[in-house]
Amino acid sequence: MKYIADIGSYFLMLKNVFTRPTKGSVLRDLILKEIDELVLNSLGIVAFISFFVGGVVAIQTALNIDNPLIPGYLVGYATRQSVVLEFAPTFISIIMAGKMGSFITSSIGSMRVTEQIDALEVMGINPLNYLVFPKITALLLYPFVIALSMFLGILGGWVAAVYGGFSSSADFIQGLQEDFTPFHVVYAFIKTFVFAFILATVPSWQGFYMKGGALEVGKASTNSFVWTSVLIILTNYIITSLLLS
Amino acid sequence: MIRVENLHKSFGEEEILKGITTTFEKGKTNLIIGQSGSGKTVFLKCLLGLFQAEEGKIYYNDIAIQEMDDDEKKDLREHMGMVFQGGALFDSMTVEENVMFPLRMFTKKKKEEMLERVNEVLQRVNLVNANKKFPAEISGGMQKRVAIARAIVNNPKYLFCDEPNSGLDPKTATIIDNLIQEITQEYDITTVINTHDMNSVMEIGEKIIFLQKGNLAWEGDNTQIFKTDNKDVTGFVYSSDLFKKIRDIQVQENQ
Repeated sequence: MKYIADIGSYFLMLKNVFTRPTKGSVLRDLILKEIDELVLNSLGIVAFISFFVGGVVAIQTALNIDNPLIPGYLVGYATRQSVVLEFAPTFISIIMAGKMGSFITSSIGSMRVTEQIDALEVMGINPLNYLVFPKITALLLYPFVIALSMFLGILGGWVAAVYGGFSSSADFIQGLQEDFTPFHVVYAFIKTFVFAFILATVPSWQGFYMKGGALEVGKASTNSFVWTSVLIILTNYIITSLLLS
Repeated sequence: MIRVENLHKSFGEEEILKGITTTFEKGKTNLIIGQSGSGKTVFLKCLLGLFQAEEGKIYYNDIAIQEMDDDEKKDLREHMGMVFQGGALFDSMTVEENVMFPLRMFTKKKKEEMLERVNEVLQRVNLVNANKKFPAEISGGMQKRVAIARAIVNNPKYLFCDEPNSGLDPKTATIIDNLIQEITQEYDITTVINTHDMNSVMEIGEKIIFLQKGNLAWEGDNTQIFKTDNKDVTGFVYSSDLFKKIRDIQVQENQ
């Protein structure tokens, strides 16, 4: 019963996010601040993880295909497919559920605990529009983060395969071009947009409606990571079934 | 002026406010006192419109808040200032940005005009050289001053304070009390203060209402409260040793 109430509360929150808008000039500053905090501050960790995981995917693929009948370009092909279809959009989003999600929940939760949200309400400001709408808007840039992750993942794979002696550069690049389906990239970005919306709203809901003190802020951050990850994995399954099956 | 008529508020089965009727006057410091759990905070939140009462009316200048449309409520809230117990300053903003916030949200003033007004109110609350500091970098007393400055920067008609001197030393608490009273008279606003601090009652209690288990048990001012025969009130007022001794001295002097 509680889950049904929570789902209802989440959708009511979404409705309120888009009503009683905050003054335009204030909103513009908030959006720029969120772009800095959520998007730009995530680039470093995304670049680091993508590059090395791309490298590991290439090495693992190469080590598992020692059969001479399997073409050498398979390393590049497998790296591209793994990174573009799943690693960059889905697994980076799960990592972001930990980084961005817990940041969003703890910052909004702390505002709730210290009555800053009450202060906004007393001033006649719609706190949901003020706090959540800029996050949703900032995360419209999230696909650029994922595009960077795709590029660096494949680059990491190429560096590991070529400089590790697992594949030649020509074979790897041939693999990248082999049987390329542009719709796979479209599919990856469609789900990236959905994950961005989940990343902005689920942690916000956890923070906004939390009750209690500092300990509960910590618990809400943990719940935020768990539920954001669960929703990303479930929507990933649904979108993949709908678009690729 | 704020007029409250027969206000009832419950949470589930538990009735917190049981038909409160009173008036808070303009240009005066109106105090709500009572023990913890007496319904003070719920009452204040009902006045602010953060809680919806099941029954009864709250009139702001003869217009019931329950009958206001969204625009009227928004307009009313723009004329409310609130000092929260913990200050509720925005952590991510400097002192200057915190005080400027209501001006940015509700006025079309240029930045220079806003800064001028911010400096004016910060001087009014005796806070200088703190403009660029963050709330975490200043003391509790200074945070309360910033909260007061933020509450009055947009010339409110109504000022609400929830335990404005909790956590402060007696001297700073008295300074904050006097500051609120001065501002109330200077700006001719209706101020409602939620407190259980007897020093505040003595210093600035121009009108006092005493809540007991959700009922309005007594109302009067800071001279009447020490003469009342109401046992609930005397039990509350003379609960500390200091006030018991003051009462004993008064009794001895009268004899």
